[in-house]
Amino acid sequence: MGRYVIRRLLQMIPVFFGATLLIFLMVNVMGDPIAGLCGDRKCDPATATQLKKEFGLDKPVWQQYATYMGNVFTGDFGTAFNGQKVTELMSTAFPLTIRLTLVAIVFEIVIGISLGVVTGLRRGRPVDTVVLLLTLVVIAIPTFVTGLLLQLLLGVEWGVIKPSVSSEAPVNELLIPGLVLASVSLAYVTRLTRTSIAENRRADYVRTAIAKGLPRRRVITRHLLRNSLIPVVTFIGTDIGALMGGAIVTERIFNIHGVGFQLYQGILRQSTQTVVGFVTVLVLVFLVANLIVDLLYAVLDPRIRYA
Amino acid sequence: MPDPREPDGTAGAIAPTGAGGAMDLAATEGSTLDKAPGGPEGSGPSTPARSLWSDAWRELRRNPVFVISGLIILFLVFISLWPSAIASGNPLSCDLANAQKSSAPGHPFGFDGQGCDVYTRTVYGARASVTVGVCATLGVAILGSVLGGLAGFFGGFWDAILSRITDVFFAIPVVLGGLVLLSVVTSNTVWPVIGFMVLLGWPQLSRIARGSVITAKQNDYVQAARALGASNSRMLLRHIAPNAVAPVIVVATIALGTYIALEATLSYLGVGLKPPTVSWGIDISAASQYIRNAPHMLLWPAGALAITVLAFIMLGDAVRDALDPKLR
Repeated sequence: MGRYVIRRLLQMIPVFFGATLLIFLMVNVMGDPIAGLCGDRKCDPATATQLKKEFGLDKPVWQQYATYMGNVFTGDFGTAFNGQKVTELMSTAFPLTIRLTLVAIVFEIVIGISLGVVTGLRRGRPVDTVVLLLTLVVIAIPTFVTGLLLQLLLGVEWGVIKPSVSSEAPVNELLIPGLVLASVSLAYVTRLTRTSIAENRRADYVRTAIAKGLPRRRVITRHLLRNSLIPVVTFIGTDIGALMGGAIVTERIFNIHGVGFQLYQGILRQSTQTVVGFVTVLVLVFLVANLIVDLLYAVLDPRIRYA
Repeated sequence: MPDPREPDGTAGAIAPTGAGGAMDLAATEGSTLDKAPGGPEGSGPSTPARSLWSDAWRELRRNPVFVISGLIILFLVFISLWPSAIASGNPLSCDLANAQKSSAPGHPFGFDGQGCDVYTRTVYGARASVTVGVCATLGVAILGSVLGGLAGFFGGFWDAILSRITDVFFAIPVVLGGLVLLSVVTSNTVWPVIGFMVLLGWPQLSRIARGSVITAKQNDYVQAARALGASNSRMLLRHIAPNAVAPVIVVATIALGTYIALEATLSYLGVGLKPPTVSWGIDISAASQYIRNAPHMLLWPAGALAITVLAFIMLGDAVRDALDPKLR
């Protein structure tokens, strides 16, 4: 187990540096990192040279990347375009987005897995067809359309929720944004669980459990579901990173000042340090979530052992 | 020390990885396709042996889901080639006096915020979406299957490098990559958007192609060809490619729908297509400002978008079911 974790941690290193380097190059080479620093006008050449020198932008790109990463490892993520520390932005943005993501994941687990179990056990029946069709419709409508429509109906027309989330963003205001964020993944979780349950339903161990005389509920939860969850857990694990990065759209619709909002601002202002800093943390979250998922396999399926 | 990502008998279930859920779903269900060897003496003497493809085609023609989604897609292709056939107006001729008005005679869908006819714009918007979807999918499929196929066939060092590169791309959220890359683009053609999708999309298909080539490589007929002294290129093109291409086609069809949705999302965020290009994403984005007063502006292009994406996803689903003999 310990050796496996260490091996996986070592494997993460190239991926981590590759992903951060890629995003660093994208921001730095494609854009003009000092464009946002002179307001809406273009910087005059003398100021531009001065600024470039100040930020070390006159050096070659690989050297800039090395310096930046060196700073990151000492906890210095640099400053945003408005002079605020990027770490300061992170400390306000990440709690909001983490809360939103948690709400979304709870929806995925509770609604997605229950629907998947119900349809997987009744494959081919009307309830299965209806739910499958619904998941297709949810997948086909882009998140921003779902979000705008729910905001219009629930927030403006019926007044059930507030159309935009307040700055503290308590969990009850995040319910609908969380549902919107989760919607597409929720449909995938339902379909994955359904396929997996339907496949394992005829497995020998399920027949044995029924033959032993176990109650139906116990057969389903302890035997069938547990063995069917591995692909679902994998999906949810990889989805955590995608949800936090994909929250850009949801946060924009519901006016939540989380990671997506800060990234959007950073990209508009071409603030390299904000964008690369936030992406670095997101990549770390993605990698750690994947590792945890792999370790969870052994919990779900005792046949999997890590030497 | 088993890596649970590689199915090794003990792990049992094949676990999908990666961010693009649609593609993974198809991958898990599609990569286990068994190929009909289709030898001349395979079935009885009276019925000639049918290949996997003709079998699948017979199956598909009888599947109403396939027929309906196929007709929708044919219609979309038709109106993106000749939009003027069903919409006589000009999508760019607008009269501010009509701004936000709802439907009127000759203008069944009403007018948008600039006073343009929503029906005409919705019809003309199909072209941008279909172009982006088709070109991005072609690019991703070609690049992904060539790189993934070669890596799967030869294995070793380059395979390991490719797998790590794939991991790197999976770690970057797609919408985020799009914002960063496309925010500096000023061109208002569809090509930057397509280029971005190919750049960030190929690793997903290369993973599928790699897995599928590795499975096909182990078949006896490939070993037989090798024993008979066939060259690498002959084995790849004659024996492996025809038997490994099915999962790639399935995933690519479903991906086409998701690329169309992604284009709309990027346009909504202001980095996708740009006016005067007529696109559903641009129109939905513009309509979102007036959603309280004139929801019809949002509903028509959004509806067209949803039906298009749905059609491609259902087509991919139907093709996958037809190509998977285990389900019959």
